[in-house]
Amino acid sequence: MALKTETFMINVGPQHPSTHGVFRMRLTLNGEVIQDVEPVFGYLHRGIEKLAEGLNYTQDIVFTDRLDYLASMTNNQAYVLSVEKLGGIQVPERAEYLRIIMAELMRISSHLMAVGFLLNDLGAFLTPLLYMYREREKILDLFDMVCGQRLTYNYMRIGGVSQDIPEEFLPALKKFIDSLPGFINEYDQLLAENEILLVRTKNVGILSRESAINYSTAGPVLRGSGVKWDIRKADPYSVYDRFKFEVPTGTKGDVYDRYRVRIEEMHQSTNIIEQAVAQLPQGEIMAKVPRVFRPPKGEVYGHIESPKGEFGFYLVSDGSTNPYRLHIRPPSLINLTALRELMIGVKIADAMGIFGSIDICVGEIDR
Amino acid sequence: MTIALPALEIVTKLEAALPESVVESSGNTVVVKDEFLFKVASFLKTTPGLDFNYLNYITATDYQTYFEVIYNLISLEHNHGLILKTRLIAREKPRIASLISLWAGADFQEREIFDLFGINFTGHPNLKRIFLWEGFPGYPLRKDYRQ
Repeated sequence: MALKTETFMINVGPQHPSTHGVFRMRLTLNGEVIQDVEPVFGYLHRGIEKLAEGLNYTQDIVFTDRLDYLASMTNNQAYVLSVEKLGGIQVPERAEYLRIIMAELMRISSHLMAVGFLLNDLGAFLTPLLYMYREREKILDLFDMVCGQRLTYNYMRIGGVSQDIPEEFLPALKKFIDSLPGFINEYDQLLAENEILLVRTKNVGILSRESAINYSTAGPVLRGSGVKWDIRKADPYSVYDRFKFEVPTGTKGDVYDRYRVRIEEMHQSTNIIEQAVAQLPQGEIMAKVPRVFRPPKGEVYGHIESPKGEFGFYLVSDGSTNPYRLHIRPPSLINLTALRELMIGVKIADAMGIFGSIDICVGEIDR
Repeated sequence: MTIALPALEIVTKLEAALPESVVESSGNTVVVKDEFLFKVASFLKTTPGLDFNYLNYITATDYQTYFEVIYNLISLEHNHGLILKTRLIAREKPRIASLISLWAGADFQEREIFDLFGINFTGHPNLKRIFLWEGFPGYPLRKDYRQ
């Protein structure tokens, strides 16, 4: 008698330790092999784009903290940068440098989480993650020192930053930055030479260069596939053109390459922070912006390289105090478009590793 | 620095290849007629020298008398960019061609616009609501939406 087989559906999330928030997907399986993937969004949809139309430009900064909550500083930066472009505001140099220091610290922190959770998903349960948390904690302490917050910073303002750094900040930053490369190398060696990790990440979840471009992916996912594209170089904003740094890329586009790109980027960020601290000028931290801010009519798109990819704001102004339309270019949502191609045909055991290598944050997918 | 390609240059090429497709242009923005959108997009993607191989984002705005759908195209090789727009007058079931066959990255973004603006993308293989649930009344990002 011939055995009858049929595909079956398995539900992952929205409450699942590996889905990093409330992401959900429905997998169709043929035995162990994934036949189809359907991501299901919306569990964290708060309608931020609509809410933003009801508040003024300054109040909307608060919403940006709640997008990608693992990288609130860069969200702030993308937003204020777009509004400044709309209003034609010149930001004082010191504020630009402070923003870059915060943004690069944020990138390190976000990549630590990405790498830590990826290893967690691959089965190196909690140990590496907690080490990553240890380093992230120091970054959060630095942010706490600057703005009194550890998650939703609301630090940047239209025209500058909310407050100058306290006296004890730079020594603490120096101590942290000096220790960081050693830390990254130590754990990278410990993990990247681990046979199990290599087998689970190399040649798994390959995203070709053409597909990466076709799916509009950005950030480490795009660069992991060998495309040298970084907004900090391609379209330099703030004062990034004054720093020397490399854009690391992968060759194959597998899970390991995306992991590698993040590790290298942490080194580059350390580099940028060192240069920024050395060049940090004295002076004002806020431009003169009217208390009731009314940008001229028009529309603008401002973008930055956030830890997860290109983060941008499309703003339409009708000349009033509130934005007429505010659209967020969400790197995590767009990167996930490639998920189907990455997952179809692989074994279910690799699904979470592939998913973790994309590095998403649901706050910014659902908005 | 990403070069914002002057719209005039593009318009000249477009007028030669697809006459009467352009409505207006300014800065680095080209507005095309909705029925020409797919042809214009595939022209921009495949023409040597333009090579817009990367669709950066899609969004829409409700100007009350019409909807505007905005596409930001980038060429990663030449590092230049362009804003492509089209306008839809209909408020009941506005329709526009899906660009998913040109750039697969359009998938979730077109679903998002469908979900929040009620704009239909013809040719999209899986056009259904993305953030809100089926049966949600109205389209929240429309200006005439009332809770």
